[in-house]
Amino acid sequence: MILASPLPRLEDVPFFAHQRLVVMRHRGRIDPERIDDYIALDGYEALPKALLEMTPEKIIGEVKTSLLRGRGGAGFPTGVKWELCRKAPGERKLLICNADEGDPGEFMDRSVLEADPHAVLEGMVIAGHAIGAGEGILYVRDEYPLALRRMQVAIDQAEAYGLLGSDILGSGHSFRIRVIRGGGAFVCGEETALIASVEGRAGRPSPRPPFPAQRGVWGFPTTINNVETLACIPAILLRGGAWYASMGTETSKGTKVFSLVGKVKNTGLVEVPMGTSLRRIVFDIGGGIPDGKRFKAVQSGGPSGGCIPEGLLDLPVDYEALTKAGAIMGSGGLIVMDETSCMVDVARYFLGFLMEESCGKCTPCREGILRMHEILTDFTEGRGTEAQLALLEELAPVVKDASLCALGGTASNPVLSTLRYFRDEYKAHILDRRCPAGVCRSLITYVIDEGRCTGCMVCRRACPAEAISGGKRKPHRIDPERCVKCGACRESCNFDAVRVA
Amino acid sequence: MDAERLDGIMRRHDYAPSGVIAMLQDLQREERYLPLEGLRLIAERVGIPASRVYSLATFYRSFSLKPRGRHLVSVCLGTACHVRGGGRIMDKVTRDLGTPQGEMTPDGRFTVEPVRCVGCCGLAPVVTVDETFYGGMTQQKVAGVLRRYE
Ligand SMILES: Cc1cc2nc3c(=O)[nH]c(=O)nc-3n(C[C@H](O)[C@H](O)[C@H](O)COP(=O)(O)O)c2cc1C
Ligand code: SF4
Ligand code: SF4
Repeated sequence: MILASPLPRLEDVPFFAHQRLVVMRHRGRIDPERIDDYIALDGYEALPKALLEMTPEKIIGEVKTSLLRGRGGAGFPTGVKWELCRKAPGERKLLICNADEGDPGEFMDRSVLEADPHAVLEGMVIAGHAIGAGEGILYVRDEYPLALRRMQVAIDQAEAYGLLGSDILGSGHSFRIRVIRGGGAFVCGEETALIASVEGRAGRPSPRPPFPAQRGVWGFPTTINNVETLACIPAILLRGGAWYASMGTETSKGTKVFSLVGKVKNTGLVEVPMGTSLRRIVFDIGGGIPDGKRFKAVQSGGPSGGCIPEGLLDLPVDYEALTKAGAIMGSGGLIVMDETSCMVDVARYFLGFLMEESCGKCTPCREGILRMHEILTDFTEGRGTEAQLALLEELAPVVKDASLCALGGTASNPVLSTLRYFRDEYKAHILDRRCPAGVCRSLITYVIDEGRCTGCMVCRRACPAEAISGGKRKPHRIDPERCVKCGACRESCNFDAVRVA
Repeated sequence: MDAERLDGIMRRHDYAPSGVIAMLQDLQREERYLPLEGLRLIAERVGIPASRVYSLATFYRSFSLKPRGRHLVSVCLGTACHVRGGGRIMDKVTRDLGTPQGEMTPDGRFTVEPVRCVGCCGLAPVVTVDETFYGGMTQQKVAGVLRRYE
């Protein structure tokens, strides 16, 4: 085949040019179901180095030098976590890889498990050696059937090659991995709830201390690490902690995988050095907002994160900077919103999610989120009052301070951050009974622009409520009394004649 | 429900109390839901109170105590799907089938459930039918998708 112009190299495509791949370095370059592919690159090179040439203390030292922080959300330094577990008294210790990935809108862990399963296994065996654990548990979301299958294939292959099992590579270190499927409860991503679930109980969090490093599964010292955290380990041991620490900002080192979704041209997983600006991620890599719409905000950190407005787009993303802006790093979700996204609706959406997922153990979380959600629902349905707004602002910090686990502890973030940056939108809903973005159903009406309408009857046929009248080639009209505001007419119109007012 | 098959499942997990969640998962995979009879049998054989089994079956979201239709339609309401109109797709599907979320259609053809993110947000809004993914859904397209299933 002869091409008019040469195919661009990966580095020359803007989506890839600004990325720096550590965790995703093998993505698409190997067949994930063939261990030999992984080995042919640099797979299982860190393992013999760790097991045969390094003491556990030395491994921990290297990870500490890298200043790697946990990618599951809290950002706790991984080397320190390992050291605590290593030093905890006890013969039997466990390592859990947390692959419960429950944040709606995020899929980086899934991608790592599916595209590079052996990197996770290699990281787990090394971590096990470092903390002194002979058993590993891989806790995977049940909604990820492909990831589950690939991990099982990888475990079988690694066992067949003697890279998993007893006396690995003659080092004396034995390590076995058991896969446990999660039950679709978001709160089970929280460490103490995860432990309860592994033990076969309902996954409700319990107070810490004792920390898992002291008393984890069945009372044994346990380290829990996120998928992405563990997948960084082989690269860190191969190239050195100092190399890893050379990327990033003062407090946050290395690279981070973000899942960039929502109202952005190029959606997908993006791996960049810590400290990259949101503008670079959303506009240079993501290609900006589609359909000529205006950027409004980016929600960072999943349901318990916060949104960041246009004025802060040059913020370098690291743990501290995001927290200061009222959001969180979380596990790396970035959801882009444009002028057609309603921030009150978004806050209500996240609270609805957290309300359903609250385990119900403590009152501030169980009842507080419920009440906040009720108030936001009133706002979006045109019943809001200023007194409710005041109550919301009083309630949010209480839920934050008084909840047992981080689910309740961060549940107010979406409310507080949208209030901080988009108070005008709240006011419009409450005082003017208006949704400026045209999202909240009770506050909008659909109308047909008679100048554009060609009378093609398409919307009339699409309408489930028989709300549209008008004959062939005559302008159509919507009867607001009958309209159920489903938007089918707007979606079906080929002439962009249906407007939201 | 086949009691012998269920016993095979329990054996696979050593009749251990800590294996009950996995047993329920396996049972649901076979039956498409959790029959009460099955919960009772598990409690009996594993030797724990039936209330404990029931509490697990209701705590974890992926379990269903109601029979499900031949095809499970999951409408994604994850964040990316929400901002791209997943809610309207859900309304359309439940309206067309005349059955609310979580219920089986009277002809036993479908059960519609919301799901919070299936991990392919780039294709939002997404609907899955059984194990097949349909991305870029519109109200019109989703009606066409459902017509393919008997
Ligand atoms: C409600 C809730 C859900 C969580 N979900 C996850 C998750 O899905 N995956 C994850 O790795 N960590 C999750 N975490 C964070 C974990 O509790 C824990 O901090 C993390 O797995 C530790 O690993 P790391 O140090 O490698 O980040 C969640 C925390 C909370 C409070
Ligand atoms: S904060 Fe919420 S999720 Fe966490 S333990 Fe309390 S009720 Fe459960
Ligand atoms: S929004 Fe729905 S109900 Fe209203 S006119 Fe359009 S198609 Fe009919």
